[in-house]
Amino acid sequence: MAGQVQALRRRIRTVKSTKKIAKAQELVATSRIAKAQERVQASKPYAEAITEVLTALASNASVDNPLLQPRERVRRAGVLLITSDRGLAGAYNANAIRMCEQLLARLREDGKEVALYIVGRKGVGYYRFRNRPIETSWTGFSERPSFSDARAIGDALLEAFIAGADDEDGNYGPDGIQGVDELHIVSTQFKSLMTQAAEARFLAPMQVEEREREPGLRPAYEFEPEAEELLNALLPKYLNTRIYAALLDSAASESASRRRAMKSASDNADDLLKRYTREMNSARQAAITQEISEIVGGANALAAAGSDG
Amino acid sequence: MANQLHVQVVAVEEKVWSGDAEMVVARTTEGELGVLPGHSPLLGLLKEPSQVRVKLAGGEQLTYDVAGGFLSVDANGVTVLAESATPATPDAH
Repeated sequence: MAGQVQALRRRIRTVKSTKKIAKAQELVATSRIAKAQERVQASKPYAEAITEVLTALASNASVDNPLLQPRERVRRAGVLLITSDRGLAGAYNANAIRMCEQLLARLREDGKEVALYIVGRKGVGYYRFRNRPIETSWTGFSERPSFSDARAIGDALLEAFIAGADDEDGNYGPDGIQGVDELHIVSTQFKSLMTQAAEARFLAPMQVEEREREPGLRPAYEFEPEAEELLNALLPKYLNTRIYAALLDSAASESASRRRAMKSASDNADDLLKRYTREMNSARQAAITQEISEIVGGANALAAAGSDG
Repeated sequence: MANQLHVQVVAVEEKVWSGDAEMVVARTTEGELGVLPGHSPLLGLLKEPSQVRVKLAGGEQLTYDVAGGFLSVDANGVTVLAESATPATPDAH
């Protein structure tokens, strides 16, 4: 009996410290969500402006850029998967990886080879454990991505994409590098504090959307340098902006997901604490009751023995 | 208002500055240019690295060190987009 009480006491202590960790993580994640959302907001003006400029440029200039040309035959597709560096974020990574697996299966069905690019230790761990080849990976910034991180990723993807232009079957073309013919991105979209959804999107080649022109004057832009050169300079920047936006969104989602997971963990810890405390009290009470009845029984037996004598 | 430019300086990670100004001076890959109110629409790639100077109404001047930037002028004003834009330290002279 006393042993049971002690075991319960030990479990209560364990649950208490687990709860403390979960609670602390929850608070940290809560403040991170706010920060991440701020950064998403802060990056919007640039994203909007560059989209506007590209629209103006694309509708003024003839479109002839490798990033805008769908390849006739897609042999190899690059997939960028964004996961987190740390766990304890609920189903965040599992969802992103599942979405990525679906995309990979679909690409393979279409007879395309796949090159994986991964952000975040969790995704890297998943694929490395299964001995699946990873083209390139980046880790260490999933919670606080900066634009230079996005640029590093964008540069690598762009290089692979450009190198893929001259690939032929079984022959990597004059540059000898096996590139990719299209780029996909799998990231988690922050919809609200409660909802985050993993999503697979097309990254390149990009499609120029012909927007309905407003009736009236469309400004005839002058270009410095020539429109084509300008487009060549801007498209990679646009690609980086999209990657940056995806990183920021994923970071916000990661924190939101972690907050929710840690909240339910500390709620569960509360429930457990209540149950264990109750069990411990009743075990202690049972032990006391038994001791008393043993004493009473013993005293009665003694008294009975005395009266006999 | 007609003789004021609406200027925005936007970096990727944040909006750096926005407001009204008299003139914007920037250097594109083709050469230096000044933008006054009523300038015709223009898209320009900024020289790397370069400075953008925004001249305010009171004769004040804001200078930004800009990397990976470009310039867009349209009827609504001037937008300077940059991978990074930091206020420049005042010139020694």
